[in-house]
Amino acid sequence: MRNLSRREFLRLCGAAGAAAGLADVLKPEIAVAFAGPAAGKPPVIWLQGGSCSGCSVSLLNSVSPSIAEVLTGVISLKFHQTLMSAAGDQAMDVLYEAKKKYKGQYVLIVEGTVPAGAGGRYATLGEKREKPVPFIRLTQELAADAKAVLAVGSCASFGGIPAGQPNPTDSLPASKVISGVPIINIPGCPSHPDWVLGTVVHLLKYGLPDLDAHARPKMFFGSCVHDTCGRRKDFDKGKFATRLSEPGCLYKLGCKGPLAFADCPTRKFNGGTSWCVAANSPCLACVEPEFPDKSGPFFVRMPEYGPAGTAAPQPREVKLLGGDK
Amino acid sequence: MRRIVIDPVTRLEGHLKVMVEVDAGKVVKAEVAGTLFRGFEKVLVGRDPRDAVFLTQRICGVCPADHATAAALALDEACQVEVPANGRVLRNLMLGGNYLQSHITHFYHLSLPDYVEMPEVVPFTPHYTGDFRLSKEAGEKLAAHYFAALNIRRKCHELVAQFGGKMPHLASIIAGGTSQNAKAERIAAARLLLKDISGFINTVYEDDVRLLASVYKDYFQLGKGSGNLLTYGAFPLDAGGGKKLFARGVYQGGAVSALDPGQITEDVSHSWYTAKSGGRPADFSTQADADKAGAYSWVKAPRYQGGVFEVGPLARMWMNGIYQNGISAMDRIVARMLEAKFMAVAMERWLDELDPAGPCETAVEIPYEAEGVGLTEAARGALGHWVKIRGGRIERYEAVVPTTWNASPVDAAGKPGALEQALVGLEVPDADNPLPVIRVIHSFDPCLACAVHLAIPGQPMAEFKI
Repeated sequence: MRNLSRREFLRLCGAAGAAAGLADVLKPEIAVAFAGPAAGKPPVIWLQGGSCSGCSVSLLNSVSPSIAEVLTGVISLKFHQTLMSAAGDQAMDVLYEAKKKYKGQYVLIVEGTVPAGAGGRYATLGEKREKPVPFIRLTQELAADAKAVLAVGSCASFGGIPAGQPNPTDSLPASKVISGVPIINIPGCPSHPDWVLGTVVHLLKYGLPDLDAHARPKMFFGSCVHDTCGRRKDFDKGKFATRLSEPGCLYKLGCKGPLAFADCPTRKFNGGTSWCVAANSPCLACVEPEFPDKSGPFFVRMPEYGPAGTAAPQPREVKLLGGDK
Repeated sequence: MRRIVIDPVTRLEGHLKVMVEVDAGKVVKAEVAGTLFRGFEKVLVGRDPRDAVFLTQRICGVCPADHATAAALALDEACQVEVPANGRVLRNLMLGGNYLQSHITHFYHLSLPDYVEMPEVVPFTPHYTGDFRLSKEAGEKLAAHYFAALNIRRKCHELVAQFGGKMPHLASIIAGGTSQNAKAERIAAARLLLKDISGFINTVYEDDVRLLASVYKDYFQLGKGSGNLLTYGAFPLDAGGGKKLFARGVYQGGAVSALDPGQITEDVSHSWYTAKSGGRPADFSTQADADKAGAYSWVKAPRYQGGVFEVGPLARMWMNGIYQNGISAMDRIVARMLEAKFMAVAMERWLDELDPAGPCETAVEIPYEAEGVGLTEAARGALGHWVKIRGGRIERYEAVVPTTWNASPVDAAGKPGALEQALVGLEVPDADNPLPVIRVIHSFDPCLACAVHLAIPGQPMAEFKI
């Protein structure tokens, strides 16, 4: 087992490591970072607000370390609605006790938006004195005593689909309701398990990772999808697909890879199985704040919005990143 | 009389709260409530119809392939395209793969900790105590399978991703078919994964369900609910979709009959929506009303001919004549396992049917004005999407999802939802550890993210050709 320097860790988490798989890199690192009973496992509290739970399900798909290793050997997952055995008041007691006992030490993960409309009643979790507790209040209380907050997924990071026009629940990203504590955004619809676990390990071992203007870890969100895409060569040669199932670059069919910054093309999803463009489907730029209002329509070439199909009048006003600046 | 509130009900998808009133050790009243509202369908209005396949998947991270399928079927109809054989079979494989993932996850990760004492570490501690009946040895074996099953459910998603690009939220189901072709190497990889998954289902999952069923036999008598079952049918086996793997129908009063989708209504008398949001679908004008007196849930109450129906694997296995032992908490667990076995066999056949040289998509032109309906079966039960297109954009979109059927609140006639009915009469010897309540809730495999998104009225269902 090696005790990697931060520099080596970053290199291995990055594009070069992605090709080899984060697995082999992360495993010895985790063992070194958290081995021994004295060190204890870092407490993690995971809250779900205006979410679909897709980022939790995605985390379950982690290959290496496997989710079993993560749960039993890496972190101490104090609260996670989908996984924990406790229910009701018992579960809420666990939450409030962890907040007190691990003040300033726990990592708070927020999945989903924080709905602010209707006085917070669009999302509630647990009861206090027979009154439902608004998720927005709970998030703020838990964040106040956290070591850091990870906004996991595009909803928690930027608002995502629940905050898409017309934002029926006045949904906000975590960063808009939390202050005084470091926040890291790990977007993606869903977020990749490596992005989440790699960031957690970096945070606990080396402190805050370098972040970009959208508070995303540069080690995962530092390269443009269009630049590392396997079909970039097709784009350069002007070889464009005219139907999704054809070979060739998908740019003219609506791919938003040029807007998206993430390592999907090299890391791929589900243990390196595939990713959107490999399945002949356009990149939605789901890791960007522009998703979904401005990165859509998804099957229409950027930056202009032409007629959808044959007979659509009235182009919708859409301003795309990297459009005609 | 004691009032027990379980909020949150954990180990399910989304935000669920359950209140039961216990008198003399028995549940006399139950209220089941969804505590999250996102207004998903409102977000769809005005967008490119083709985007609905990607957007509606994000209603639920547990059933994305299911929503993608329903959306694609609705768009196929609206755009009047015929999906090529490969596209149809690939869609079946992706939805089927997610069934396997969903059923295995439900049994081992969402349900098992209700019956088996897991290791005393987080996230398994604390937990309710009391009626745990397995021997130490058997309990340890099943707890070990919890971890083995994590690995298998991951492989199920890898199988879907072979054709879908990624999971959750796959990329390749589109209006007109699929974007991913039936590539030989993808088929080969899927075959290997399916072999592992089938092996687990047939040797581990089945045995574990049998063991649980033999030790907790009394749960075959508990949690019956409405006793009515409903299915839309799913997995088209021929070009027109006339022949399906799962049959469509209703089971009521001891007899199976044909489903008439025109008889479906949604009731909002106890949901946080204005009065105009319910009744006949033709009169819908859905509007959230968080202050509504008497309301207690963000879930609406779908009814069929005014009756309360249960949807899900038990309904499907019943309608196909595969399993008709009874309607109870344990019958739901058994039916779900049988369906996983059945599905794994069907998927093997579908892999054989794929033609690597054949097309997978038909070109789609978005009409100026059209309507479409996509009725399918999500892993958790009957799922329908209704789309209305005008000016080449989505004018209206509605999804009626499985958990609104199962976890619906009381309707205007005073009839409680299926899960509420299943809880009434249940014996709860220890109010501080309401294990029977939790077991019956989990037997329905509720998926609340799906159930609580409703915002926009549907088309009058009678107007759709189904």
